[in-house]
Amino acid sequence: MLRPLPLLTALVLAGPVLFGLIGTILPAFGYLVPGADRPMTMALTWPGLPRALTVSVTSGILSTLGALSVAALITAGWHGTRVFVWLERMLSPLLAVPHAAAALGLAFLVSPSGWILRIPANVMGWEAAPDLLILNDPWGLSLTAGLIAKEMPFLLLMMLAALTQVSAGPRLAVARSLGQGRVSAWMKAVFPDVYAQMRLPVLVVLVFGMTNVDVAVILGPTTPTTLSVQVTRWMMDPDLSARAVAAAGGLILFAATLVVLAVWLVAERLMARIGRAWVWSGRGAPERLARGCGLTLATGSAAMVLAGLAALAMWSVAARWAYPDLLPEALTLRSWSRFGPDMARTAFGTLALAGAATIISLTLVVGCLEAEHRFGLTLGQRALWLLYLPLLIPQVAFLPGLQLLPLTLGFGPSVWLVLAGHVVFVLPYVFLSLSGPFRAWDARLARIGAGLGASPNRTLWRLRLPMLTGPVLTAVAVGVAVSVGQYLATLLLGGGRVTTLVTEAVALSSGGDRRAIGVWGLGQALAALLPFAMALTVPAIVFRHRRGLHR
Amino acid sequence: MRFPTFLTAPLIAALAFASPAAMANPDVSDWDAVSQAAQGQTVYWYAWGGSTATNDFIAWIGDRAEQQGVRLEHVKLSDTADAVGAVLTELQAGRETGGSVDLIWINGANFASMKSVGLLFGPFAEQLPNWQYVDVDGKTVTSDFTVPTEGYESPWAMAQLVFVYDSARVPEPPKNAARLLQWAQENPGRFTYPQPPDFLGTTFLKQMLIELVPDPAVLQDPVDEDYEDVTAILWDYLDQLTPYLWRQGRAYPETGPRQLQLINDGETDIAFSFSPGEATTAIANFDLPETVRTYVLDGGTLGNASFVAIPFNSSSKEGAMVVANILLSPEAQLRAQTPGILGYGTVLDMDRIPEADRAAFEALDLGIATLSPAELGQALPEPHPSWATRLADDWVARYGVAE
Repeated sequence: MLRPLPLLTALVLAGPVLFGLIGTILPAFGYLVPGADRPMTMALTWPGLPRALTVSVTSGILSTLGALSVAALITAGWHGTRVFVWLERMLSPLLAVPHAAAALGLAFLVSPSGWILRIPANVMGWEAAPDLLILNDPWGLSLTAGLIAKEMPFLLLMMLAALTQVSAGPRLAVARSLGQGRVSAWMKAVFPDVYAQMRLPVLVVLVFGMTNVDVAVILGPTTPTTLSVQVTRWMMDPDLSARAVAAAGGLILFAATLVVLAVWLVAERLMARIGRAWVWSGRGAPERLARGCGLTLATGSAAMVLAGLAALAMWSVAARWAYPDLLPEALTLRSWSRFGPDMARTAFGTLALAGAATIISLTLVVGCLEAEHRFGLTLGQRALWLLYLPLLIPQVAFLPGLQLLPLTLGFGPSVWLVLAGHVVFVLPYVFLSLSGPFRAWDARLARIGAGLGASPNRTLWRLRLPMLTGPVLTAVAVGVAVSVGQYLATLLLGGGRVTTLVTEAVALSSGGDRRAIGVWGLGQALAALLPFAMALTVPAIVFRHRRGLHR
Repeated sequence: MRFPTFLTAPLIAALAFASPAAMANPDVSDWDAVSQAAQGQTVYWYAWGGSTATNDFIAWIGDRAEQQGVRLEHVKLSDTADAVGAVLTELQAGRETGGSVDLIWINGANFASMKSVGLLFGPFAEQLPNWQYVDVDGKTVTSDFTVPTEGYESPWAMAQLVFVYDSARVPEPPKNAARLLQWAQENPGRFTYPQPPDFLGTTFLKQMLIELVPDPAVLQDPVDEDYEDVTAILWDYLDQLTPYLWRQGRAYPETGPRQLQLINDGETDIAFSFSPGEATTAIANFDLPETVRTYVLDGGTLGNASFVAIPFNSSSKEGAMVVANILLSPEAQLRAQTPGILGYGTVLDMDRIPEADRAAFEALDLGIATLSPAELGQALPEPHPSWATRLADDWVARYGVAE
């Protein structure tokens, strides 16, 4: 039963990616899709390409650098302080907030008629909103800022996880005794190893920044859009031959991603050299400035996302709310009674899909980990790369193929295809979340169990998994959050007929009914947050008489 | 309000060879048999889902359909062309029955291309029991963007372009193209239009073109070699207008509703809508200030009808016809015309409907920001669909891929 599971998991991860890539490459060069006339040439000669590609690349690189710098600064400057504990508490729920919901909130916050600029408007008595290109700016700066705010908590969490693998305490002590300040000591002695540990997540953020669709469509430029958004438009074009152009566009973006990844890896070495020179020079860092910047940027971006969510909440209960009022004229539950029932139905479907994808993923992951425990069956070091494969290959490069290939085999988009697609993205996160605690479980307990006559299965079901309730529930929560946030996979593999909270919320963003966006956006955020709340409370209740299991 | 966008005709033409085989189709002349067969069917209605008012109306139609034994599912599209794409895809995959689309909200270019290659089921519209009430003489319900409908689609709403403005900020709104340009120059950044190929944005291009060309009659024929000559005056106009648009034309609202929201946000002062009642509805829904009013241009504005059509491979054709019939019922038409619900114009003839319904229509208070039929005036005919396609493509090349 267990033995084939690691191989099966590898297939589940790599299969769709390779299958999808083939399904993208063939049409891009004129095969598979009838009526497509030299799609690669069409994509390459699309007049918007230079600009779209530039914005994709710059927003990806800048957002990754930004998020990584803020995460590093805040950890370097404040790790181990009370401020840090407080900040960590504030940031971790943000991790679960879906990208689309966060972006929708930010959009209202930062636009020229948004909440922030309404403050000076009230003070100075402006009659009309200033005509400033803040949102959807052609350089993708608002997109970059939005990505930084959303990715920073993720990188911070990864950094904290990596920190447990590195003996930071003694290193800091040595560096500090050599006269280094808090920030420079951490940067010099701890950061290099921490970065090495969290390199893959950083690359995931880089690829996501370059190729995401849901954030770019809300915050990104429109004349033209980023390349990923344009690829999605081609994909959804009624003209079937445009799908071949979409495939070609996806490949161009994939190639650009590979180049950027290569450049990033070279830049890593360069940075390592510069860093080494800095270490040997013995020079410090502007401590106060660095700590101040770190704290300001981290709190600032967290506050932005939270204020954005507050804005969504406010719109969902707003009666008339005209510019430049800071608050609506009155509060009403009308929007909730209008959109609430439909939203709740969709939320139910979304959670059912997320639950199914998570259970499949969890089964595979536990099976893999248990096989590793019983038979020493592992996929080796390469397993980690395999795990990251679906996250490192841009979605727009293989999802079009994943839609086109089944189509040519005669079965169209369906909810099952969507479910399969979700598993591909949920599984890696469930694995990453559960593997640590699972492996750290004290194996001597299994031996005691065996000594008392329990079979390995009984040990797993009655001992190991119950003891790991907390981590398992956390993995489930992570899985559900990932599934709830899947925009492109749902849209493309479902052919528009499978609607979830995220597809509805993004579709509404073009319509511009903020009250509806408020209801749907909050619904999406709640759907992602609820499992996390359960993951925290359930173990506390179940284990209230088991002090040793309290974390 | 929103309509289908553009479909490249050449592709469809290329697909014509694969025209669908005949199959067991319902006998549309026997309505009892049709409504019998419709029992228990599920109808997937592919309709634009970007307007919450429309979505609510479709949900209400769903309740009526339920009473007649038909389950209605609204598949919310961001673009009607997606539904056409779905049917096309199925045609290519050889799926001639059990198609996923049962009903499409359609008109214009999408209808022209689907009809021309036989992607539509029909004729059925004129056999619907409620067809007897339809105003076939007074309203353009038997031709769609110059293409004869021939019963392949059933009308359900009339639309006409109206301009929307905040009377508190614009005392005298500009009522022709030249005045609009002048107003924009005096009030930079206070006007914009949805980004073509959005349907409403393209309609703005057509509206301006009709006014600017010396002889609008040329637009009734398909696009010809003289396209460049005819449209040069429009691009010249837009070149002058663009620097004075909202964000200097470096960004555009994606859709019509988003454009209305800009007024509520105090970012712009003038917008437009394809539904004469939309502004009133929006005021009732808190989406626009109470000072908003509407007007039409001096030379008249574009108007057309919205239709529903049934794809050739629908598995619930009878159910779809039942829904199309409900849409034509005086009850549904009255609800659609009620400001605060939809505010769409009716396709029915007031002289043909039952007395009680006529009284209800007459009692309808159109609302504070809705023009009376007399004020709306005669709608201008839509140009041939090929113009919209060409204009949208050209616009994207000129303004949509900036700098």
